[in-house]
Amino acid sequence: MLSVRSLNTEYKTKSGPAVRAAQDVAFEVPPGKFFTLLGPSGCGKTTTLRSIAGLERPTSGEIEVGGRLVYSSSKNVFVPLNRRNFGMVFQSYAIWPHMSVYQNAAFPLEVRKRGLSPAQIKDKVATVLKAVALDHLTDREATKLSGGQQQRLALARALVMEPELLLLDEPLSNLDAKLRERMRFELKRIQRELGVTTIYVTHDQAEALALSHEIAVMNEGRIVQIGSPRAIYDRPYSRFVAEFIGNSNFIDGTVLGAENGTSHWRIRGAMGDLVAISDTPLKAGQNVTLSIRPENVELADDAFSGGGTLNLFSGKVDQRIFLGDYADFQIRLGNILMMSRAHPALRASVDETIHMRMSPDSCVVLHEGGTAATKPYTAD
Amino acid sequence: MTGISSAELARLPERSLFDPKWIVLGTVVAIVAWLALVPLIFLFWQSFFTPATADNPAVFTLGNYAEVYGSARTLQLFFNSATYALGSALLALTLGTLLAWICERTNTPGKPLFYALSVVPIVIPGILFVTAWIMLASPQIGIINLVLQRVFNTDYVFVDIYTLTGMMWVDGIQHAPLAFLLMSASLRSMDPALEESALMSGASMWQIAWRITLRLALPAASAAFLILFVRSVESFETPALIGLPVGIEVFTSSIYEALHGYPSDIGLGATYAVTLLAITSVGIYWQSRLSQQGSKYATVTGKGFRPRVMDIGRWRWAAFGFFILYGILVIGLPFLILLWSSLQRFYSVPSWEALQNVSLDSYARVLEFPSVGTAVWNSFLLATGSATIIMLLSSIVCWIVLRTKIPGRWLLDNMASMPLVMPGLVLGLAVMICYLALGGGIYGTIWILLLAYVTRFMPYGMRFSTTSMLQIHKELEESAQLSGASWLTTFYRVVLPLLKPGLIAGWIYIVIVSIRELSSSILLYSPGTEVVSIVLWELWQNGQYTQLSAFGVMLICALFVFVIIAHLISKRFGIKEV
Repeated sequence: MLSVRSLNTEYKTKSGPAVRAAQDVAFEVPPGKFFTLLGPSGCGKTTTLRSIAGLERPTSGEIEVGGRLVYSSSKNVFVPLNRRNFGMVFQSYAIWPHMSVYQNAAFPLEVRKRGLSPAQIKDKVATVLKAVALDHLTDREATKLSGGQQQRLALARALVMEPELLLLDEPLSNLDAKLRERMRFELKRIQRELGVTTIYVTHDQAEALALSHEIAVMNEGRIVQIGSPRAIYDRPYSRFVAEFIGNSNFIDGTVLGAENGTSHWRIRGAMGDLVAISDTPLKAGQNVTLSIRPENVELADDAFSGGGTLNLFSGKVDQRIFLGDYADFQIRLGNILMMSRAHPALRASVDETIHMRMSPDSCVVLHEGGTAATKPYTAD
Repeated sequence: MTGISSAELARLPERSLFDPKWIVLGTVVAIVAWLALVPLIFLFWQSFFTPATADNPAVFTLGNYAEVYGSARTLQLFFNSATYALGSALLALTLGTLLAWICERTNTPGKPLFYALSVVPIVIPGILFVTAWIMLASPQIGIINLVLQRVFNTDYVFVDIYTLTGMMWVDGIQHAPLAFLLMSASLRSMDPALEESALMSGASMWQIAWRITLRLALPAASAAFLILFVRSVESFETPALIGLPVGIEVFTSSIYEALHGYPSDIGLGATYAVTLLAITSVGIYWQSRLSQQGSKYATVTGKGFRPRVMDIGRWRWAAFGFFILYGILVIGLPFLILLWSSLQRFYSVPSWEALQNVSLDSYARVLEFPSVGTAVWNSFLLATGSATIIMLLSSIVCWIVLRTKIPGRWLLDNMASMPLVMPGLVLGLAVMICYLALGGGIYGTIWILLLAYVTRFMPYGMRFSTTSMLQIHKELEESAQLSGASWLTTFYRVVLPLLKPGLIAGWIYIVIVSIRELSSSILLYSPGTEVVSIVLWELWQNGQYTQLSAFGVMLICALFVFVIIAHLISKRFGIKEV
């Protein structure tokens, strides 16, 4: 459906060299899928989105939507954005304050001369307002809407022309926390019901995980990893991805050798030997970093008796923080500290000995070198 | 035991009673109230009384109002004033909005140059602009007519400045830069996403300009229109120099006539002034109402806006041409005609023979005038003096209004901003009546001019101070006080330095408008206290066009140098706009 190929964007600055906002960005989005560009501010995600929209002109690359080339530097193609037929929701919603709810939603149909009769326009607007649950506010002034309603109106306006592509630029970031969570479900429901191919930009990992079919994690203008939410979370490609999405323990170690199986390896770390998973073959003697999610560090007051026998350690409780629905532990093993997220029923107190177990599949060997030297990688 | 002795405790409340803060604040409130209210009261009083002379004391009368409202002439005045103000405000707004849109939203070449160009007319004194246009478009001596007559070999009068349309034209193009500044500020504060989302909806550039941009700018445009309308209603130079000679009278020129005719009728003048004041008050009131209403259109998200320009294709050369044409009409032609006539011994039409007679004679002659030196010195003193006083006063007033919870502080704010509704001529008249009645020996000295300038430009000072005060977080002052600083120390060492960029910008602005000032000064000056605009006025009345031009050219150059220096200084202090 959408295919972005080796997209580069540069900004001229008043002094000094050009800033490279997007570098060799490439991805494919199948029809009807929800695709998220996730990354910290300044990572190039918004630039990429605006390039797809046509609001910005990239320096080089190609963008194709549904078989139609909308931008190509080599073929000198640039379809003006008002002929691209994409819907977009802006961070500030950009609801026109001088129009009513109806007028806002009808605008895209009115300005396109596609021979729609007023009755047809009315029908379409009614349908789309119903879809976003604003049908009871049709005649209200747009400025009298609440934040959440404005957001839904912006969505309705983007959807009313049945766009080939729906582009969302951090649409939830201006809402308060409670409303944001509710809108997350709303947005997911609407997207799944209408099946419109959606590109979503956010810096909020929870949003990305909750909404997307696929996520592209970006850093410093490049895509670091593309994958399903689960793959990104469970099998982060690099330290950057593991740190940006969720929390993680990082353990440095040296590869000792393969452990019965193709993808499991025995690694010697400061806390002792452990077995970890890697998607690429490793060499003995190679230095690696492991990522272990705190919730994958199992804790027990007494030594584990059944279940897995690998990666068993014991240490002392250094700190314990009770957070209601769970408890965070810091466990000291020699000179390293491990974080663990445990059920609050575990009552081990500070300085007591505690036992730990980590499944080999949750000890992930990370790739070296951050982002610059690596190629986009697709898990699954 | 406690660390504070009972003797020390007893002293504490005493100290807070004699806090110098209250002395400073009290003085400032008293000054502002005096400046803004007392002359106004005298103006009202005078409009109900006959003029006092040596033989007859003033007696109560309704005769002034009867004369003003009972005559058909007033109806004509109303009609003239309204038509004139409406026409010039519409012209200025149309030009200004179009230029602002071109500048803010299109890829027209040469935009940076145009921003600089747009500020220039604000610097040129109004009286020079008007006289230059008379030299250009008068039916007898106007160069445009003479050139066209020669080209077509006819004696047909092509343009006639001495008409109501001529007055609208001169006033309209003179105020277009103000409209440009107001409208481009409004366009710049608009969230570009509002237009981008229209683009994404498939709208064309013209649809966006018409259905989104212009509609969103409508509240700002209405407010700008009212400001321009009030400016035109109260403008003095154009009606006095163009309207009066051919009998097209508006309120301002009638006030001037009432006072300078024989016999001078100060009561009648005051009545006209009160009427004019009522008109401008209504205008300013609606403007402030509109600005408040406009806040619902405020769609600022706090995110840095990436200004988006549209490619208007070949139209951009048309837009560029429009820039140039505007620059020629507002700066090029007026300045060139002044320059030309300043180089002549006797005013004459540009021709090959006249070119042989180019001389700097006028410059030498004008500098020999005894009043020129005095006027320049007076203007300098008045401009720097009033600018300094105003910025100090307004920063304290702003502090009281924004930082304290003193009841009635909104009244103080309104008082300090009130002179905004007072046309210069009305203010001059009020101040004149006030100090003639009160005595005190101020009338006829430079001090009465200073009082008038401080009153007249106080609202501008307030605007600059308020904007910069709002940007200073209250905690900065509070932490200075927690560190043990007294109020005076805090104000002097924390508030004023933080306000500095805004105060300097305001100071520069007030210096410029003070030097341009004519309409208040014309009622208040006496021999020895002339200012530069008065000298220009007198030269014009005496028909010394070449000397007027010479003085005008020197004045424009000096003001221009001042603006450039000010711009360089402001850059150092981090001021973005003057």
